[in-house]
Amino acid sequence: MSEGIVYWLQQTLNALQLGSIYALIALGYTMVYGILTMINFAHGDVFMIGAFFCFLAAVYLGLPFAPTLLLTMLGAALLGVAIERLAYKPLRHAPRVSAIITALGVGIFLENFTLALAPYPKNIPALLENITWDLGGVSLSSLQVIIILLSLGLMFVLDYVVHRTPVGMAMRAISWDKTFVPLMGVPLDLIISITFAIGAGLAGAAGTMYALAYPVIDPYMGIMVGWKAFISAVVGGIGNIRGAMIGAFILGGVEIMVTAFFPSTYRDFVAFTLLMLLILVRPYGILGKPRTQKV
Amino acid sequence: MAQRWLLPALLLVGFGLAFAIPEYNLLNKYVQLVMMYVGINIILTVSLNLVNGYMGEFSLAHAGFMAVGAYTAALLTQKVLPVAAYPGLFPLAVLAGGLMAAVLGLIVAVPSFKVRGDYLAIITLAFLMIVKSVIENIDTIGGPRGIPGIKKLTTLPWVFFWTVFSIWVVRNFVYSKYGRGVLSIREDEIASDLMSVNTRRVKFLAFMVSSFFAGIAGALFAHLLQFISPRVFDIIKTTDVLIMVYLGGIASIGGSILGATVYTVLLELLRPSTVAAMLAWLPAVVFDPLNEYFIRHLGVWRMVIMPLLLVLVMLYWPRGIMGLREFRWFIPKRDLEAHHRQPAHGGNHGVAHGH
Repeated sequence: MSEGIVYWLQQTLNALQLGSIYALIALGYTMVYGILTMINFAHGDVFMIGAFFCFLAAVYLGLPFAPTLLLTMLGAALLGVAIERLAYKPLRHAPRVSAIITALGVGIFLENFTLALAPYPKNIPALLENITWDLGGVSLSSLQVIIILLSLGLMFVLDYVVHRTPVGMAMRAISWDKTFVPLMGVPLDLIISITFAIGAGLAGAAGTMYALAYPVIDPYMGIMVGWKAFISAVVGGIGNIRGAMIGAFILGGVEIMVTAFFPSTYRDFVAFTLLMLLILVRPYGILGKPRTQKV
Repeated sequence: MAQRWLLPALLLVGFGLAFAIPEYNLLNKYVQLVMMYVGINIILTVSLNLVNGYMGEFSLAHAGFMAVGAYTAALLTQKVLPVAAYPGLFPLAVLAGGLMAAVLGLIVAVPSFKVRGDYLAIITLAFLMIVKSVIENIDTIGGPRGIPGIKKLTTLPWVFFWTVFSIWVVRNFVYSKYGRGVLSIREDEIASDLMSVNTRRVKFLAFMVSSFFAGIAGALFAHLLQFISPRVFDIIKTTDVLIMVYLGGIASIGGSILGATVYTVLLELLRPSTVAAMLAWLPAVVFDPLNEYFIRHLGVWRMVIMPLLLVLVMLYWPRGIMGLREFRWFIPKRDLEAHHRQPAHGGNHGVAHGH
């Protein structure tokens, strides 16, 4: 293979890895937005907490990969539900902005609380034996394969749950209407809690994978990754689950390709300029539908 | 009317104090510094409240406008204007910073004609990130390293002047014909269009006034901190201002002043050294271990306490301390009288409800 193609393939692989991590986080943003039309700005920090849960499970409990991942997802899911119950539920009928500011507050609280307990960046031990295969010049690590396949698997499970199961049907119904659907016997609070649990659990999984791929973690790592995931959700059309996945892979691709062919400091500039243009041309995202405005 | 001369008199006293305090060291240097930060934060909060509170949008770009003002002013005082010889040129640099920010405010104002709500919020976020990224990539203005060694030109009288000026402008704007337009956009843009409000011109003006004062605040901030870098003006800075706006209460000038003051002072009060100074009257047996404990732990935990307080305020006062209310002081006489005749103006309609 010529060198150019090898380089492209290598970068595409990296883009897939980054994109699948963004996608897992973007799903949480988009699900919560779909149901509550609320931007959960604490979500990036739930991802960060996920990475720290992974650290705790791997170092203090000495667990191998699979139980670490499950424990992290469970812990993050519980955290997500707790945040919803304590901070967002009382504000369900308050002005929307109050809930957004509360979410920002919860996020800053999580960051600084973690910082108070863990003032120095932590190193994650290698939980998986990392084998690197050489495919005609393109190097493929087992870690990359696991991250990409596991993320895709989780996304397929989620897509199935949302589109094919009663719980998913209830979620879609509630995102459609919050007044009459509960009258048909759909438990509103339970479904909202389940949504937060799934979203936060996926963020926890993303935290574990991020920690394995980039093994130094610190309390502020969730801010930038969280915003990027949020942007992915918007690019795909916020509230749309498949859109969030597509948006995440697009953003991951753009970021990796900009870094591959330009100085790496241009990354944010190009990513955000594209975002701005996209919103001006298609404000409702790639898969979103324009909402008709009632007068 | 006793109030007629009360306000000018108070302003005069305030101005006199702003001159006298640094001149005769009436208060210690640290308190003076905190007062200047309070002033700068009031400018930021009042100006952001114009867009986020009165107009009902959710702008995240304020730190970006601040950066533009800070960099413009700092480059002028460092490279262009001979401020060392003529310190009187400093206000020109500050003004230039504000104007530059106002011009860039158009970049956000134009998309706001088409896009609203969450999507406009994302455009403002993108603007903030682009400003930061552009500064990082221009090496002649320091790139990611920033500009060190800016002269300390921000003084208490200047901060006082700009604070009063920003409050005056925003207050008069809000209660003017255009201000009515701003409020009507928040309540219902289509309806206000139908009532022949020129929504485009109103948005232009609101964004430009808001970003102008963000630039002014940035310029003052740069010449107080004496060091700026792109990292100073990231999303965390915007979040700080947002917190002050919503803590104080949306669509309220009094609330913004209160929010900025409470937040800034509270953060300073929770510093270990301040707590130690406040507890200095305790006997040494009690004081020493307490002090040691605070020095070791309060520094980090105060940043945990603040967001927790914010969440509690939001849970119990979802509209902030002064949300949609105003000190009688800031309301013009004609409005007060109209208020007495027919209650519920501006009303308790949901603010920033679904778009």
